[in-house]
Amino acid sequence: MTAFDRPAQAGIPIELTVNGRMRRIAVAPHHTLLEVLRDDLRLTGTKECCLVGECGACTVLLDGRSVDSCLVLAVEAQGGTVVTVEGLAGLARPPDVARPRDGAGPRDEGRDGTVDVGAEPSLGRLQRAFLATGAAQCGFCIPGQLMSAEALLRRTPHPTRAQVEEGLAGNLCRCAGYEQIIEAVLLAASDEPLPAQSALTGHPAGSAAGPDPAAVPDASVAPQ
Amino acid sequence: MNGLIGSPVERVGGPERVTGAQAYVADLAIAGALQVKLVTVDAARARIIRIDPTAALAVPGVRCVFTDADLPHPMPRFGPQFRDRPVLATGQTTYHGDPVAAVAAETADAAAAGAALVHVEYETLPAVTSIAAALAPDAPLVQDPAIRPGDPLSGSNVLREHQYAWGDLEKAEAEAEVVVEGAYTFPMVTQFAIEPHAFVAAPNGDGIAMWSSIQHPYWLQRVIASLLELPLAKVRVHAPDPGGAFGGKQHAKYEPLLAFMARRLGRPVRLVLSLEETFQAVRRGASEVHVRTGFRRDGTLVFRDIEANYLIGAYADIADRTVAKGAYTSAGPYRTPAVRIVGRSVLSNTVPSTAFRGFGNPQQIWAVESNMNEAAELLGIDPLELRLRNLPERGETFIPGDTPADGRWADAVRRAAEMIDWQQPRPAGRGRGLAVGLKSGPTTGLSYSTVRLLADGSIVIYAGTSDMGQGARTIFAQIAALELGAPLEWVTVVMGDTAAVPYDQQTSASRSSVLMGNAVLNACRQVQARIREMAARLEAVDEAAVTVDRGTVTIGERRLPIRDVLVRGLGRLGGEVIGLGESRKEAEPDHPLGGTAAFYEFNCTAVEVEVDRATGDLRVVRHVTVSDVGRALNPGQVRGQDEGAAIMGLGHTLMEHYILDEVGRIRNLGAIDYRIPTSMDLPTSIESDVIENGDGPGPYGAKGMSEGALLPISPAVAAAVRDATGTIIRDLPLSPERVWRALHADGSAAPIRDEVLAR
Repeated sequence: MTAFDRPAQAGIPIELTVNGRMRRIAVAPHHTLLEVLRDDLRLTGTKECCLVGECGACTVLLDGRSVDSCLVLAVEAQGGTVVTVEGLAGLARPPDVARPRDGAGPRDEGRDGTVDVGAEPSLGRLQRAFLATGAAQCGFCIPGQLMSAEALLRRTPHPTRAQVEEGLAGNLCRCAGYEQIIEAVLLAASDEPLPAQSALTGHPAGSAAGPDPAAVPDASVAPQ
Repeated sequence: MNGLIGSPVERVGGPERVTGAQAYVADLAIAGALQVKLVTVDAARARIIRIDPTAALAVPGVRCVFTDADLPHPMPRFGPQFRDRPVLATGQTTYHGDPVAAVAAETADAAAAGAALVHVEYETLPAVTSIAAALAPDAPLVQDPAIRPGDPLSGSNVLREHQYAWGDLEKAEAEAEVVVEGAYTFPMVTQFAIEPHAFVAAPNGDGIAMWSSIQHPYWLQRVIASLLELPLAKVRVHAPDPGGAFGGKQHAKYEPLLAFMARRLGRPVRLVLSLEETFQAVRRGASEVHVRTGFRRDGTLVFRDIEANYLIGAYADIADRTVAKGAYTSAGPYRTPAVRIVGRSVLSNTVPSTAFRGFGNPQQIWAVESNMNEAAELLGIDPLELRLRNLPERGETFIPGDTPADGRWADAVRRAAEMIDWQQPRPAGRGRGLAVGLKSGPTTGLSYSTVRLLADGSIVIYAGTSDMGQGARTIFAQIAALELGAPLEWVTVVMGDTAAVPYDQQTSASRSSVLMGNAVLNACRQVQARIREMAARLEAVDEAAVTVDRGTVTIGERRLPIRDVLVRGLGRLGGEVIGLGESRKEAEPDHPLGGTAAFYEFNCTAVEVEVDRATGDLRVVRHVTVSDVGRALNPGQVRGQDEGAAIMGLGHTLMEHYILDEVGRIRNLGAIDYRIPTSMDLPTSIESDVIENGDGPGPYGAKGMSEGALLPISPAVAAAVRDATGTIIRDLPLSPERVWRALHADGSAAPIRDEVLAR
């Protein structure tokens, strides 16, 4: 009989600080940090692919180091501090670049009905750099790439290209946006100002005012 | 071109992708869903004697062990080309990984525990897992002739044989002064999307709701409706953006099984494949291609005679179409007076092969372009010059009855040569190689799009395309923003829900910028026409006095933004202006492929490599890739697609292949034993460029372009290895082992059988 022969039951109580918030949960002894993040805490930004520590899609920071969360038992993370992609924007390390207006890009309201359009107040410099270089294609590996890059920049704030290649060697990208991902990390590590979002979307800042709700005809006219 | 089209605007959907907010199928919370785990047997082919669910059902939380006995009889079958694939194996399994049962349980743990305890009694049967074995006269039949009624080939493992020919081959053979001949093999490789396939089915009133990482939600709707005997309107398919697809998510896999389970259990059921299970769900067809080409001494192509056998799997999926399409253009993008092509799809007891970026063409191009490079050497003509001598001009027919050459292809070849300093002496110890690739785009297509211009001038686009990383969402937003005069930030693109978006045939063949792009453009034109009517009414002028062009309304000397006319025109009740756009590529029943090419993808790739003679290791030092894209609507995304395709192609060129044992089981399932390129495997430098002449059928002259840069990599690299070492290798991948063996076999390629790993 293996551990899997038992259904997961409320198991061992652990404490974790996840994205700055203390979480107390009971976890099955055989459950990984990945399972707890995704299934128990519903932090689904961390992705699941190979489950053997080869693809890097599940990379998170545990006490400041990047780990494959599929290879860490949740109980091993007891007392630890975890940062997932959802917490990346809030990190103090990179100077944040404010997004214009409310930051609302075009949203995907029809995909599944459950997408959180969550008004992200700002993105971290690394995230902005990923957008600026077009590093995210399908996007599935990107949370892991970002967390590995974050760990790399903490260790090595100004890496060479070779150091970036090595630092991201454990994160597979099948769209193979490696060039743009590497460029993004180097850009984030540089002193270069990141272009404002409006410039990146093809609109010189200020050339286009936002939709004017006052201009919208009053629809409250009594129906006939 | 302007601020929107032709600019590398940021990806629409980008912020979600860098914050973790993008929800893929496995990320969705489906209330009350049972978790499903598949049960397989450890054999390539087996007769199922008995399935005993007792122990599995005793696991707390296990609700059901679903087998063929729970399905209608006869077993319902499905497939995009032939209805050959059973919803669940019945009586026997036909490839390693063919599920025989599925366990549904309250938790993933319980489902896994239950699946491990389902006792399957089976007898291993002899399996055919290579082309030679499948074509042997006494080979066991992979498919029961009963599921191929009326098929004259049903007594063999050949599913279809496709023949194409033009010109007088006999006469051409007599005219040829040099004939170059060779056989080339291409291994089984897998799509390896980082998002493993995920599926959910849920009872939904008097119908069913599906969630799938599928590329073609409307195909899936049809399959499920047909199997469950439901009206299309009662099947709602949600298709969130796939986390990489590459063709492997085009067609239904386990969705039918889940749909039957959900109906039986009255509850939602959810299946997320492991990466290993994706290897057993999708792959590319392996091939052996024999090429014989005749030339005049001056390098003029005289004839091509090609025989291609593709090892497809146990079920056809869309694989036979990849064979038909790959074989059809296999003579290459050249003026070839006489051609004979035979392409066979050969069934085997292996994972069903399916669409994979390039769709049957990389296998052919590996062979034919390698043959072209060998010919250049024999003829004493520079490989660059040999191509230029035989490429057609734009507008010239090169496949009789099909779309003429639709680009200045020679420009792409010259540009690639220039980028890699082809004419300069190469550094010591390095070799250079060059090859071209051609792929026929979609042969038929139908896309609708609805575009709503809302009362404040913002826009909602509805499109049935799947944005799987190629950036379709961004392209559609760019088009509508430009045409209707709104900033990109005001555009929302809704996709992936058959209850919301109008019909789209499919997301494949690099079609979406062209076919759906035109549908979006046409919808915008309808909106513009309504704005024109409004302006004429408001200004009390004749409509003829009003023009609407790219967001601006012109009335005589006055120029107004569309939004000004819109707000006044809608009046006190508000409302919106709705356009419905359609884009069709009609079928042509007499055409061998059922339709001519909507466009061609053309790419030239050139590489410079270093070969380590001691280890057989290759290093691609320089990699240049040039695609004819018509118009790069978003150069940033075009670069992402070109370089991404290039790196993916380096995977099958240098390292990827399934390894089977002597009884046909896959021995390298998963990420540890099957390597794909990492950030450490990149060319030292990679550069991409595009040829833009606005000569495509898509919006603003665009062509589809997402596959081209993968097509010619293998022959370019092999030519560079030949150039560096003098060794010709005709089998992929060019792994260190293979290269080392070739280098140490006095220049002749040592045959390595990937299919059989000696114990």
